[in-house]
Amino acid sequence: MAGRFVGVFRQISTVNRSLARVSGDHGLKNFFSTTARMDFGKYLTYTVKDGIAVAKFDEKDAKVNLLVKFDEKDAKVNTLNRGTMAEFQEVYKEITNNPNVKGMVVISGKADCFIAGADINMISDCKNVQEATALSRNGQDMFNNLENMKIPVVAAINGSCLGGGLETALACHYRIAVNSKKTSMGVPEVMLGLLPGAGGTQRLLKLLPFQTAMPMMLTGKAYNAKSGKKIGLVDHVVEPIGVGIKSANENTMEELEREAILTAKGLADGTIKKPVRSKKGLNKYIDMFASSRLGNIFWEKGVKDAVMKQTKGKYPAPLRIIEVAKTGAQQGPRAGYEAEAKAFGELAMTPESKALVGLFNGQTALKKNKFGKPEREVKTLGMLGAGLMGAGIAQVSIDKGIDVILKDVTTQGLSRGEDQIIKGLDTKVQRKKITSFEKDQVLTHLEPTINYEHFSKCDIIVEAVFEDLKLKHKVVREVEQKIPEHCIFASNTSALPITSIAEASIRPDKFIGMHYFSPVDKMQLLEIITTDKTSQDTAASAVSVGLKQGKVVIVVKDGPGFYTTRILAPTLSEAVRALQEGVSPSKLDSLTRGFGWPVGVATLADEVGIDVAAHVAEDLGKAFGERFGGGNINVLRDMVTAGFLGRKSGKGVYLYQSKSKKRPENTEAKAILDRYKLDPKPGNTDEDVQYRLASRFINEAVMCLQEGILANPMEGDIGAVFGLGFPPFLGGPFRYIDLHGAKQLVDRMKKYHDWYGVAFEPCQLLLDHAKDPSKKFHTR
Amino acid sequence: MAFLSNFPKAALQIQLKSAGARCFASTTTQSSKSKKTLAKPNVRNVVLVEGVRTPFLMSGTDYKDLMPHNLATKTLSGLLKRTGVDKDVIDYVVYGTVIQEVKTSNIAREAMLSAGFKDTTPAHTVTQACISSNQAITTAIGLIAAGQCEAVVAGGVEFMSDVPIRHSRKMRKIMLDSSKAKTTGKKLQLLWKAMSPAVWTPELPAVAEFSTSETMGHSADRLCTAFGITRLAQDEFAMRSHKFAADAIQAGLLTDVLPYKVPKVAEYITKDNGVRPSSLEQMSKLKPAFIKPFGTITAANASFLTDGASACLLMSEEKALSLGLKPKAYLRDFVYVSQDPKDQLLLGPAYATPKVLDKAGLSLADIDVFEYHEAFAGQILANLTALESDEFAKKFLGKSAK
Repeated sequence: MAGRFVGVFRQISTVNRSLARVSGDHGLKNFFSTTARMDFGKYLTYTVKDGIAVAKFDEKDAKVNLLVKFDEKDAKVNTLNRGTMAEFQEVYKEITNNPNVKGMVVISGKADCFIAGADINMISDCKNVQEATALSRNGQDMFNNLENMKIPVVAAINGSCLGGGLETALACHYRIAVNSKKTSMGVPEVMLGLLPGAGGTQRLLKLLPFQTAMPMMLTGKAYNAKSGKKIGLVDHVVEPIGVGIKSANENTMEELEREAILTAKGLADGTIKKPVRSKKGLNKYIDMFASSRLGNIFWEKGVKDAVMKQTKGKYPAPLRIIEVAKTGAQQGPRAGYEAEAKAFGELAMTPESKALVGLFNGQTALKKNKFGKPEREVKTLGMLGAGLMGAGIAQVSIDKGIDVILKDVTTQGLSRGEDQIIKGLDTKVQRKKITSFEKDQVLTHLEPTINYEHFSKCDIIVEAVFEDLKLKHKVVREVEQKIPEHCIFASNTSALPITSIAEASIRPDKFIGMHYFSPVDKMQLLEIITTDKTSQDTAASAVSVGLKQGKVVIVVKDGPGFYTTRILAPTLSEAVRALQEGVSPSKLDSLTRGFGWPVGVATLADEVGIDVAAHVAEDLGKAFGERFGGGNINVLRDMVTAGFLGRKSGKGVYLYQSKSKKRPENTEAKAILDRYKLDPKPGNTDEDVQYRLASRFINEAVMCLQEGILANPMEGDIGAVFGLGFPPFLGGPFRYIDLHGAKQLVDRMKKYHDWYGVAFEPCQLLLDHAKDPSKKFHTR
Repeated sequence: MAFLSNFPKAALQIQLKSAGARCFASTTTQSSKSKKTLAKPNVRNVVLVEGVRTPFLMSGTDYKDLMPHNLATKTLSGLLKRTGVDKDVIDYVVYGTVIQEVKTSNIAREAMLSAGFKDTTPAHTVTQACISSNQAITTAIGLIAAGQCEAVVAGGVEFMSDVPIRHSRKMRKIMLDSSKAKTTGKKLQLLWKAMSPAVWTPELPAVAEFSTSETMGHSADRLCTAFGITRLAQDEFAMRSHKFAADAIQAGLLTDVLPYKVPKVAEYITKDNGVRPSSLEQMSKLKPAFIKPFGTITAANASFLTDGASACLLMSEEKALSLGLKPKAYLRDFVYVSQDPKDQLLLGPAYATPKVLDKAGLSLADIDVFEYHEAFAGQILANLTALESDEFAKKFLGKSAK
């Protein structure tokens, strides 16, 4: 989870008031006895046990602990922070001056969350660089105070310890963590276009080898307790405790606290030594080198080049992280902290960060099923077709405990599909996500078959048979004979209108579209399509299945190409036109990647399949007419006839050799293109090619909102980014317009309209936004 | 766990084996009341005639050069000699074992042949982790109750001094392939594969659950924490067990133990060598064995890895009486339970005790002696804590109270 991060405590004043009452030494002799305990405030409780102060984060009425949560109405963030800081310092003074307190434990009251970070809204609410920089500085000061405490401070971690949470733990002197699947330690700020701004960039690099710390900050990679111990992030691993008289969670948290207190005591009386983490071997020299001026080669060649290669320089955050880390390593902590706060403040104001934060918020919002709880839980899923899609859908379902009856026409097809599933799960075993025993248990949920024998058990059917309306009709009629009354029928199609497929159904209210993206186990998006007749409960069921499968689910209205396919089609059409104009496939790929698409559009066409692209272009061309024109449809048709179906057939726009990674351009495909050669418009630049593709994509998305295919802009952004790879740093078509303005886009489209005509006609909603720049799709 | 009713004192020492074998019993005596008749209509009465065992030694001590069936053979022949029952009378032999010696995988059969039983007497071996030899006994009960047999010898054997250590899977594959490799090229290819150090890393039999990869000691330590069993309580209980065992040996109460002659060892082995009463002070010095450094299970409050074997003779009541043998006990009922292998692996007694009592229509007050065989003092205490708890009874046993 990209997440929540840095900040400062809020309810510190209450800490201070309560602390005044922590005095005397009553009961200290009793082992583990509570000498003082008070619940104060909403965010923290504080106890002294056996001479060890236990500060427990436990935000009431919240599922996760946030390090900082500001009242939205609270405008005077800065001053409040300074006040809080001052009081916080007093708390530390109080603890340090209390001779009875020999050590301190920082722990959470929640079993599955240490501190998940700070409220993202706090950063979104910053009005300018200064405010955001101040936030970072306050966080730095607070953690420096924590780090400088004279008594040992132990962080006791169970559950998510991300962003500001990990920065809290890093400022403590010793970290112990529970060996559970929920424990996750990382700094995911980079995914939000930010950096760990409360000393994280400095402390991570000090604690861990360069080679571990940098990837952690640059990718947001998170560690569990055991791997954290291995790399030096964690000092001691606590085994999770099972159920006894009390619940497993209660027992585990009690044990974590017990071991944390024993550790703090041990550190205080010297029986436990803080392990001196001397960096060894190669790491030692790399770190030495990196912190000298001579080491620039590591920063420039080793790290920066790799980042540039991946991001094309489109993402400022990783570059700033490198800069800040380097400053700290080479010029010392003072310069490092200064650079960190400055970079944090500036990053927080970048459109890239706002775009990424928007996506994160959208993703979080979509975790809720807006149709509510379905009347009955889906336990058994009938999967028709064991092809790439079908097997993929089966895999993500059994993985979450849904029983799947996987049906194919032939045993060969079925066996191939089952192999795909096994391979997918084996990869998870290799990556230690699951054990091989758990893999066996997961596979037990799969029932491969070539007949309909057990379909009477199904709660939902997902069909992924060939994209042919007649075949789909036949399948619907056949299957509806075999399934129970309550069973939902979902069609996984990328272009056929669900309403047309549903014509064959005797219960259209149970009919729905579930459009998965290939490869299903990797692509996060699921597009659910409802028709006018689809019932609310059917939609609720389908969404809950998607959520259970771990998907980001958007729900759109039926129409030709729904949402995702519809906005992709004109883009591909424009790509074909560019190819006809003589732009080579690799040039087109580099242009689109240069714009920020993760996959070049020529490669994308090969991945999707030229036949599928031709099919979609034809169907949608019929539905939307000239507006969807661009490239000549015959280019795709001829390629299909020639057998150039894309990667799956070994030949498409590119040639795919089985063992080589190289993909030379397919000269035969080039010959076809040459037959349909067009002259490029005079003055057509590389940038024009990029914007011709993007503007048609964005315009069509806005039109989907205008026509009510999309329920809201947020789902449109999520669908475009997670399903089609629209550049995440632009935040999706709608966020793009909000951040970069509709007018500049409309102006470009006017130019292209002059060149190519109706395909570049901006829709009304886009024109409205161009006319009035104060109009925004997103309120936040 | 098997449950022996109408059997007043802890005299029957059937070794319960697990990978970490144990030989401590916890015995709780209740005031004696009038006995109910537990005979079941239409079910034959099954009786225990006699039971014997070898001394139990810590693995790697005096038995270390033997093979496991040697120990089992001793108990089998010793049982016949002690009872005077003719080998022709024995219809069947069944043994329980956990870690198998691959050469004698049906160790019951190998041992009874060595012991001079009739070669026409069938025998088989069962395994069910710690309760393998109880599984052997209840298998025998089933055979007799079903009218299949009249007299069955049931026993158990474990030999931790020599557990099978295997070549790695890679090496095994190379070895198996080498018999098929005919050409020099193929042979060289295999030789090349064998050059990797990973190929030479042996596989040790883990004392761990396959499903969770967790060792028993680790699971036990977590169980103790889950039920709040302190180190001190465990040490005290372990000390009590050692003291009882030592007193029983001192008083000559362990009449089931057969002396064992180990070749080249001057003295006969006559006593268990792991009974070592100590002081709390001594025990408190030990470091935790599994969860370091804050775990509570140590070498002193857990049982040792053991070598040993046992055998008992079970008969239908009529058969025993017709041979003029006096039954030592009537075997009335038994129950097996299973729970979550991760967090309740070692919590069997808490489930089995109420269940077997209910099944037999008995209450706590009807029982004079409970005997539990478990590997860890803390485990017994955790189970007793669970049994003492209304909460546990409600949540896990489906009962309204303990």
